Amino acid sequence: MSIGWLEVVVATVLISLVVSVILGRGKGWLEPDFWKIAAIITSSVMTITLILLTFHSLNAISVGSKRVPSPTVINKEIGYVYNADRRAMEPVIGKADVGLFGKVWSGEEASKILEEGKLAIQSRNCMDCHTLLGNGAYYAPDLTKAWLDPKWEKQIMPVTNAKSKEEAMRTWIINPDKFPTWVRKMPNLKLSEEEATAIVAYLKWMSAIDTNGFPANFPEVKVAQ
Amino acid sequence: MEQKKLYESQQLALWYFWTAFILLGAQLIFGLIAAYQFVNPDFLYGALNFMTNRMLHINALVVWLLMGFIGGIYWFLPLETGREVVGIKLGKLAYFALVGAVAVVVLVYLLKQIGTADYFTMWFITEGREYIEAPRWADIGIVAVALIVAYNVIATTLASKRITGILGVLIIDLAALFGLYLAGMFFTPNISIDQYFWWWVVHLWVEATWEVLVGVLMGWLLMHLLGTPRKIIEAWLYVEVMLVFGTGILGLGHHYYWIGTPEYWLGIGGFFSAMEPLPLVAMVVHAVYDAGVHKLKTVNIPALFWAFAQAFGNLFGAGVWGFMHTLPQINLFSHGTQMAPAHGHLAFFGAYMAANVALFYFALGQSRVKEGYVLNGFPWKLAYVGLIIGIVGMVGALTVAGFAQTMIERATLGSTWEAYITAQEHPWMVSAYSWRLLFGFVFFVAYIVLMYDLITAGKRVEELKRIEEARVAG
Repeated sequence: MSIGWLEVVVATVLISLVVSVILGRGKGWLEPDFWKIAAIITSSVMTITLILLTFHSLNAISVGSKRVPSPTVINKEIGYVYNADRRAMEPVIGKADVGLFGKVWSGEEASKILEEGKLAIQSRNCMDCHTLLGNGAYYAPDLTKAWLDPKWEKQIMPVTNAKSKEEAMRTWIINPDKFPTWVRKMPNLKLSEEEATAIVAYLKWMSAIDTNGFPANFPEVKVAQ
Repeated sequence: MEQKKLYESQQLALWYFWTAFILLGAQLIFGLIAAYQFVNPDFLYGALNFMTNRMLHINALVVWLLMGFIGGIYWFLPLETGREVVGIKLGKLAYFALVGAVAVVVLVYLLKQIGTADYFTMWFITEGREYIEAPRWADIGIVAVALIVAYNVIATTLASKRITGILGVLIIDLAALFGLYLAGMFFTPNISIDQYFWWWVVHLWVEATWEVLVGVLMGWLLMHLLGTPRKIIEAWLYVEVMLVFGTGILGLGHHYYWIGTPEYWLGIGGFFSAMEPLPLVAMVVHAVYDAGVHKLKTVNIPALFWAFAQAFGNLFGAGVWGFMHTLPQINLFSHGTQMAPAHGHLAFFGAYMAANVALFYFALGQSRVKEGYVLNGFPWKLAYVGLIIGIVGMVGALTVAGFAQTMIERATLGSTWEAYITAQEHPWMVSAYSWRLLFGFVFFVAYIVLMYDLITAGKRVEELKRIEEARVAG
């Protein structure tokens, strides 16, 4: 089912207006009672609309949906390209299984590591320096597409002597204080190797979420589909 | 000429007000440390990292504002119902429980700071979700305290056998406000669903239920401060509710642009959030008109001026600074930049801090100043001007920083790690952080002056009056 924003806007405003006027007829517009009816009707219409849209939205962002891919997406190559039809950037998922940390994760393993990744992210208060999907603090870079950031390959892989991007990421986030990139150094958050692995997997998963083109103008990453 | 006798509920309100005021001080101290870390990142690095200061800064904010609101409810409830609050003992117990819980949470934040990737951390250390980082046990405590406050409002209303329009709005709003907090109490690996409901707490609090709560409290304030007739206050309150909920509930959509949710939120969120300033304009009209009708005559000058600061601050901070980056075409680039704290600082100051300070002064006037005396003097003016200059300075600096970051990091360089660093090193951002720190100090000094005035104003008023009377007699 596709929902048009304009229809929702027009319908909610019109219903609120018409029902309020019908129920408030006979009351002067300066009387509190007239506005009481308008307040109750408008609030109810908006609340009901929000609840209905929530059912639709939750379905659209459930794990395994087109917008939030299934956990096994961490086995795939993930790209981020401009789609001229949508006039926005969007993630693209490669066909072949390339794996992560040298292995292909089963559905169950992937779900487990992503759950741990999210717990690790919350336990270390990542959001109070970084932003995730653009939300959080503003003391450190946004992590929405961190997996796709060119800096890992260009700069972090050489300094950490890592053979792959994921290895470089894991080494770096375990010891960010040893590899400072500028004056603001990320503190050492005492991550275990498993926790760091989980965070890297999570960042990869997050980069595959369709965020309606945010962040824009990000360097394109193309993958063979 | 005797001092009014206070209800027990109003004594409890004073406890809430003072605790709120002290927590505001804590918020400012951690804010200053965090602001200094922007200028000198090595300061307390490894000991008290930015993330901990920032968490304490925003958590103290949420808690002290809520405590001030609860104080406001306990102050006006007996006046509105004409009787003592029903569950006052339970209310006092809840106060101590809340203060105790806040102390424990803060100690854990400071001493433990982070946990490991497990549910124990979520329950006992931090949930790591901005604004609602408090661990789950504390969440449950907050809900319990909230239920007690709600019970006291409902039970007292029932006992008085008369429900006014203001009480009706308050009861429904409290139910929504505290009910929404439950939306923040769960864990899911799916970050899109996580943020979907996280915004139910954060947005539907500050941009809906808190706005209505402040509408109720400011309505009571104007009624008692200026003698505005109940009919006018209630009519305006209903207009406010219609406009705040009518625009704010679906205005929630402006947080759903980029978290994975479908594209229709771009239009729905854009439209309704762009309408969100409407109720704020209405509040300004209401406040200015009422004050004009009553020729600014009041026995409590600082409370009236803080009510003005609230009306205008809310309009500019929440309305104008929010509108600046609410449309998706702009937000695509400004989202998650310093534009957000620029808006956040002015909005929280204007909408909520000013409301609270107005309540503090009102309670001060009624509890310490005898009838026939006017609460006025010099220090409150100094604090008023100092706080406004401080906040405007901070917001101005952050707006410049946000503009630079939006243009450089987001629009030009494409939001990469390197783009972030490049933008942060730009002189417009570097110097903005220094200016923010400077005005932060101004704000803090003004806070001290405000504290001095709140402690001593009652006494000084009597002295002024004695001098005046001696002059007239002599």
